[in-house]
Amino acid sequence: MTPRKYLVLLGIILFGVIGDSLLKQGMILVGSIPLRHLSGIFLVVLDPWIALGILFLLGFFAFYMTALSWADLTYVLPATSLGYVLLAFIAKFFLHEQVTLTRWLGILLIAAGVGFVTQGPALTKHPSAELPGERLVEEVVPTEAER
Amino acid sequence: MKELYTWSAIGAIVLASTTGDVLLSRAMKQVGDVHALRRRCGLLTVPARVLRNASFLLGLLAMATAFYSLLFALSWGDVSLVAPASASLTFVANAVAAKTFLHERVDRRRWMAALFVAAGVALLAA
Repeated sequence: MTPRKYLVLLGIILFGVIGDSLLKQGMILVGSIPLRHLSGIFLVVLDPWIALGILFLLGFFAFYMTALSWADLTYVLPATSLGYVLLAFIAKFFLHEQVTLTRWLGILLIAAGVGFVTQGPALTKHPSAELPGERLVEEVVPTEAER
Repeated sequence: MKELYTWSAIGAIVLASTTGDVLLSRAMKQVGDVHALRRRCGLLTVPARVLRNASFLLGLLAMATAFYSLLFALSWGDVSLVAPASASLTFVANAVAAKTFLHERVDRRRWMAALFVAAGVALLAA
């Protein structure tokens, strides 16, 4: 793992937390969507909070796809779960919400989970076959004649 | 009745999200390391390769389904239940799906990580 790859994981965390928070704020303002008016679920994207949340989640998605190109799904998901911890700290120090002992225990478990997964390798090596991605990268490299 | 709607939406989020994650992971492994791809073939090659990948497009569809299921769930249930419940169940479902469909080596360390994070997220909602 290079520093650049850790930055990609940090991008997933930050953009995901900000995007989710904006979506939450937007849905609080929009309120309940009755089953009789299902079309309302498609119109909520016009709400400014939700639209901004979607923009941040697009950034999250770009970082997420980048990470998945060089790491396993079962590595990326736990490694980026520190976003939940960040949300709890935002709730405590910026929104002045009460963070109970149970929540601190939850934070401790998440941190332990992240510690477990980041100690191991990021990608499963398949010794019998090269990664399909490696083959595809080789395929698109222009030859001397093409250059 | 509203509780039933909420849990149905949570179930839909977990299913769609896990399907999306597995398909997107498969797509990006087929595309290859984007840093290496960009260095060798230029920046535009990356989105062109990603957007032509069938697994990516199907994964995107599944993620869109998960997103709208999340909006439904948030409009029916408390965010303190919906977000952690769907997230913690998705962690465990993803570990099973990644081992089954992507043949990832989910060793004891990764199982522990998935279970610890799932339990931690559930406790955050308590």
